[in-house]
Amino acid sequence: MKIHEHQAKDILAKHGVPVPQGIVADTPGKAEAAARKLGTDIVVVKAQIHAGGRGKGGGVKLAKSPADAKKLASKIIGMTLVTPQTGPEGRKVKKVLVEEGMPIAKELYMGILLDRQTSRVMIMASEAGGMEIEEVAAETPERIIKEQVDPITGVKPYLARKIAFALNLKGDALKKMIPFIMNLYQAFIKEDFDMLEINPLIITKDDRVLALDAKVTIDSNALHRQKETLAYRDLDEEDPMEVEASKSNLNYIKLEGNIGCMVNGAGLAMATMDIIKHSGGEPANFLDVGGGADEETIGNGFRILLSDSNVKGIFINIFGGILRCDILARGVVGAAKKLDIKIPIVVRMEGTNMEEGHKILGESGIDVIVAEGMKDGAQKMVKAVK
Amino acid sequence: MSILVDEKTRLIVQGITGREGQFHAEQCMNYGTNVVGGVTPAKGGQTVLGKVPVFNTVRDAAKKTKANATMIFVPPPFASDAILEAADAGIELIICITEGIPVSDMVEVWRYIQTSNSRLIGPNCPGIISPGKCKIGIMPAHIHKKGNVGIISRSGTLTYEAVGQLTALGLGQSTCVGIGGDPIIGTRYIDTLELFQKDRGTKAICMIGEIGGTAEDEAAYYIKKHVTKPVVGFIAGQTAPPGRRMGHAGAIISGGQGTADEKMKVMRRCGIKVVKSPADLGKTVAKVL
Repeated sequence: MKIHEHQAKDILAKHGVPVPQGIVADTPGKAEAAARKLGTDIVVVKAQIHAGGRGKGGGVKLAKSPADAKKLASKIIGMTLVTPQTGPEGRKVKKVLVEEGMPIAKELYMGILLDRQTSRVMIMASEAGGMEIEEVAAETPERIIKEQVDPITGVKPYLARKIAFALNLKGDALKKMIPFIMNLYQAFIKEDFDMLEINPLIITKDDRVLALDAKVTIDSNALHRQKETLAYRDLDEEDPMEVEASKSNLNYIKLEGNIGCMVNGAGLAMATMDIIKHSGGEPANFLDVGGGADEETIGNGFRILLSDSNVKGIFINIFGGILRCDILARGVVGAAKKLDIKIPIVVRMEGTNMEEGHKILGESGIDVIVAEGMKDGAQKMVKAVK
Repeated sequence: MSILVDEKTRLIVQGITGREGQFHAEQCMNYGTNVVGGVTPAKGGQTVLGKVPVFNTVRDAAKKTKANATMIFVPPPFASDAILEAADAGIELIICITEGIPVSDMVEVWRYIQTSNSRLIGPNCPGIISPGKCKIGIMPAHIHKKGNVGIISRSGTLTYEAVGQLTALGLGQSTCVGIGGDPIIGTRYIDTLELFQKDRGTKAICMIGEIGGTAEDEAAYYIKKHVTKPVVGFIAGQTAPPGRRMGHAGAIISGGQGTADEKMKVMRRCGIKVVKSPADLGKTVAKVL
């Protein structure tokens, strides 16, 4: 689950990670009041959306006075911000974070994530702060410091020191960086972060160490023990159809094509998208109805597929295991009877109770094209939408 | 022959009194798996499924039943604890079916397992089956057939798809191992490949991967060096968008890493017969045999 920058900073501050003073505002007037309250010569007005690259899209501006902050906020709040990460449609900005301006001496990068190769949490740091870390990794990988953390010890001072020295820090900045890294790791573990990026992490001219930006995602599987964070979920930042699907425990991801897919299991769902593409079509979505789906869940999935106006045909590809083909067929029939379906449906069913599933579909009076195997299904589907 | 599980496997089921645990314990028994006990804390002393004794702790169950394998059906918030309990009790083979375990729990589990004598399969996996001998997991038994193709996969239903194609062509399987779709799993491709290479009953290997991570690349380099048996491979998610988690927690292209194209390229370079279409898995295995 993604959260906003200001929320991430609140969590980090709770764990003793220094962040700039800041106030969230949803109107230009409030942004002006926030700037006045902060009282610094310069404040930064930052659009709060879940995507990164906000500066490039004009979502981060410096204001030289409270009146200036008001003017800038009036431009940013309500704008549709397009960044390299939002896609061409962009995101509507509802709030800004007004923050004290900082006398920056040095910009660094720090990230914490799971290193899948070692199955350990890894801290990444670099002196190339403020740049896209992927670019740094591609062009100058030697500028990235990587340290895996043993979960038994966590980050001990020696490890934090090792990173701080590798970042060429000295004096007060070096001293302050050690608790900064240790607290950052604590926050990552205690709050069940999935990924954390501080870019830039700044050293100020007076040798303070602060997280100037914070990008955090939370491990969705740990939300049962992160109730406070769960309240940070911003449904406006998510695709409405994906939100709808998640309510029914469906794994749905919207894509650009016109063939709706309904599949059980994530691997088979991906493979179904692939085979549609190989057959000359374009998948409109990824949809894994899961192993424990019942008739109602299947019906909900079907409705979600149909609510996408790009969808010109639906390919149902089920390999019945725990999810029995008869249940799937009943769910499809139940949903289809309530909806007026004008697009072709191709069904490929195999596995548990396949015959019964085909019988239910056959007797329902719904117009379905039956396929033998997933290749045949994909080809029939592509042909039907052309 | 087969790997990991066979007629000698003595299985306990953690979470046997739950709906899913009980259902699948029964399915495994019906297949012929020797289910010797179950564990549910505070429900010890009962008997379920006619003859299966339930214990409070894995330690008790292991002592009384001489179990050498466990299948875990414990809900995600408690599943990592169940794995640790099984490892602490010295169970040799731990198969965790549960999906949705927090990553930070698995970081600890992985570290602990390295110091133990146990092998962990999964989590978030369909389990293992050696057709005709032993089934530990949730896969539909009837699609399998005894034979000499070994299967390793991160996915559930996509594995069934491959098995279905093989069986339809008359090709049986030695063992099918679902290693799991999570970013941290106990047993990786390489560990399983090593076992298949040694197993005299396995003549060809079918390796099914997906986007995310670099496990398939590592496996490919391993195959080039150590595996002499023919390997057929497929990577799911060739059309998956970057940055999105495709159902499985581990199926995500991040920072441009873990794409299907990259994996397929490495696998091909290492001598694996890579199929672009999942529908070609069965017939390609038939060709290499």
